[in-house]
Amino acid sequence: MHRLLFSKTADAIWTSHLDVMRIFQRAFLRAHIPIAHTQGYSPHPFVSVILPLSVGTASQCEILECTLEDKEISFQETQERLNQVLPEGIQVKEVYESSRKAKELTYLQARLELCYDSGIPSGASEMLNSLYSRETLEITKKSKKGETLLDIRPMIQSVQVQDHSPTQIWLDTVVCAQNPSCNPLFLVTAIQTYLSQLAPDFVRCSREEVFDKEGRVFR
Amino acid sequence: MTEQLQRILPTVQKPARYVGGEYGQVIKSKQEVDVRVAFCFPDTYEIGMSNIGMRILYGVMNDMPGVWCERVFTPWGDMEAQMRRHALPLYALESKDPVKEFDLIAFTVGYEMSYTNILNMLNLAGVPLRAKDRKGLKNLVFAGGACMYNPEPLADFLDFVSLGEGEEITKEILQLYRKAKLEDWEKEEFLRAVAQIPGVYVPSFYEPVYQEDGTLQAIVPNPSAPKTVLKRIVKDLDSAYYPTDTLVPSMEIVHDRTNVEVFRGCIRGCRFCQAGFCYRPVRAKSAQVLYHQAVASLESSGNDEITLSSLSTSDYKELDVFADKMLDYCIPRKIKLSLPSLRADNFSRELMLKLRKSGRSSLTFAPEAGTQRLRDAINKNVTEEEILTTCRIAFSGGWNAVKLYFMLGLPTETDEDVLGIAELVWKIIKEWKAYGSEKKRGLSINLSTAFFVPKPFTPFQWEAQITPEEYMRRVHLLQSAIKTKMVDYRYHGPELSRLEAVLARGDRRLGAVLEEAVKNGARLDSWEEYFRNDIWMEAFASCGLDPNFYACREFGKEEVFPWQTISIGLRREFFWHEREKAYQSLTTSDCRTQCAGCGANSLCPGGVCDA
Repeated sequence: MHRLLFSKTADAIWTSHLDVMRIFQRAFLRAHIPIAHTQGYSPHPFVSVILPLSVGTASQCEILECTLEDKEISFQETQERLNQVLPEGIQVKEVYESSRKAKELTYLQARLELCYDSGIPSGASEMLNSLYSRETLEITKKSKKGETLLDIRPMIQSVQVQDHSPTQIWLDTVVCAQNPSCNPLFLVTAIQTYLSQLAPDFVRCSREEVFDKEGRVFR
Repeated sequence: MTEQLQRILPTVQKPARYVGGEYGQVIKSKQEVDVRVAFCFPDTYEIGMSNIGMRILYGVMNDMPGVWCERVFTPWGDMEAQMRRHALPLYALESKDPVKEFDLIAFTVGYEMSYTNILNMLNLAGVPLRAKDRKGLKNLVFAGGACMYNPEPLADFLDFVSLGEGEEITKEILQLYRKAKLEDWEKEEFLRAVAQIPGVYVPSFYEPVYQEDGTLQAIVPNPSAPKTVLKRIVKDLDSAYYPTDTLVPSMEIVHDRTNVEVFRGCIRGCRFCQAGFCYRPVRAKSAQVLYHQAVASLESSGNDEITLSSLSTSDYKELDVFADKMLDYCIPRKIKLSLPSLRADNFSRELMLKLRKSGRSSLTFAPEAGTQRLRDAINKNVTEEEILTTCRIAFSGGWNAVKLYFMLGLPTETDEDVLGIAELVWKIIKEWKAYGSEKKRGLSINLSTAFFVPKPFTPFQWEAQITPEEYMRRVHLLQSAIKTKMVDYRYHGPELSRLEAVLARGDRRLGAVLEEAVKNGARLDSWEEYFRNDIWMEAFASCGLDPNFYACREFGKEEVFPWQTISIGLRREFFWHEREKAYQSLTTSDCRTQCAGCGANSLCPGGVCDA
């Protein structure tokens, strides 16, 4: 099995998970890079992106799985050819072979940019630091089945709070990526729940890196 | 603006509609551009990006050095609400610059029920709605497309209209605009000059005069305007511009595949069909050019599906050769080939079986009417025997789903014709019971009826539409005659089709109704979740106009039509003659068998049609 490490930035962050897979299926054809097809009545090129990304979140570390069929085309060339035919904001950073199972991916590191249009409220960093040091951090999670209470504290590995500019606080966090998974934006939900006076006017979220159980970079 | 947009996008559905950035979009440097066109499609991104005309003209305009054409679509209701709340004006996808900054604002209009979107988009752009309120050369608004053969309901809002096929005329318009801009002309001077381009109609140069009963007495052109404006056609499709390097949307659209146009026009002459007459004369692409374009488009897009489009694809003379060649290309590459608009004759049946190899499985018929008498009256030359034979072959080949399209309210229709639909459906079921090879999976029939809408430039342009109440009575009559669960019956709502009839044959007075309806919230009318008939009815009432005057009234034989100034090259006498034949249930043979003398050949070089 082959993997492509790619980034999703700029306006491409508004593309959905399913559409990203469609974009790659077409890009492989445009780049004349054959990949294996699914079997069955209606065969189609098989691609799979591990860890679906929410619409609106950027990423430096998306991983797409597929099987490259033409051994004559090097990984380097595959990367270059794909990058010439991908839409703005989607760029392949690395092409490689891997036998690691997707389920070994355990943690993800994300950056949350909290924007305060009229300046960071005083004492915000300290309050945020103590918020994330609580023993439990229950938020209301909305799903199709209704609302459930979820304690996200056990799923947060670390949070670093820094005043990035007079109007922005950045949170760099490592959270559980799957089984169970914690959407980094839950950290913002926690602010809205416990410190509503610190609720930011706008948040940008970016996935920065993925790790295995031992904390090594996952590829 | 971009920052503002970034904050709005997380709150709306399908934000990818609003950001551009797709593979193949055209970005130009503003320093090298002197004419900027905001090319607007009055419906959502997914509909607009599926439109082949829009793709062709996007390519035509951007091929011109110094011209930058960008796309604009109708925002969905949630996005519109956010844009208004944050005072974010309508912008073009490529540069994200406000539409208000563009030289020209062009609309392509294919459906009457998108008229409110046009007004609403101008309003969202902050551009004055009425042409007379827009001074100077900036923000000239023009339109083209299938609906513009009667642009009168939009006459007050459009500076000019481009009639017919746009490949050549659009370039002429932009060249003239560049000259006008360079020499700093007055708007009036530009309009006078643009009216001299064959195919350009300037509504403000014509004055309608009404009689006491509300019908038109005359349409008076000002001295500098042509008496009639003839639509434009591209004479040779092989050499006409066709975009093989096209934009590939990053999100799923309605027709998410490569589309090649096999030919334009139609030899059939179904009497209700506006496209069948308006796109005449018939002009085909050669199989060689078509193959080249198909392969180039597939390779440049990476699409894994291709469709051959035309009004009646089995009438393409070289279809056999071409389809075989395409299948040879498609099958090893696992590309699906689909051919909509096939007729239920021998030739199509063979092809149908071949197509199955490339993974097609739906079978669609549009008999339009339930009895042979009515099918003859509308000149839909398909027989019950042909439909049943095709079904038999399909069922024995493993098909088990059929889509059937009919119309209710056709001229001369009786209850017998309505019940004839149910009978035909029942006969199809019997074929399946006798010949179906995969009975375990069951048969599913999707039956759909539309409400007949009389359209300009058809033999039925004089006809009255039946009332919505009478239409619903016929719907219920049909419903009660269908007793099996294998049939899923759906019908078009009567209110929308009535409004479509009003706007299709409407005159200039309807501009006020449109403006009033939009003011009161009419928009996205073609979407059930937004359509509000009450807003429209109130708008008619407050403007003192009766929708039934336009929809449910039979127009007089010699009546001055609102679209009188416009010509598609076909004679009015031809349409009248065809209408008379309809009332005698007499068919007219297709153009290939015998020329019916419609007049479209006058548009061809040497006066010879390529039927």
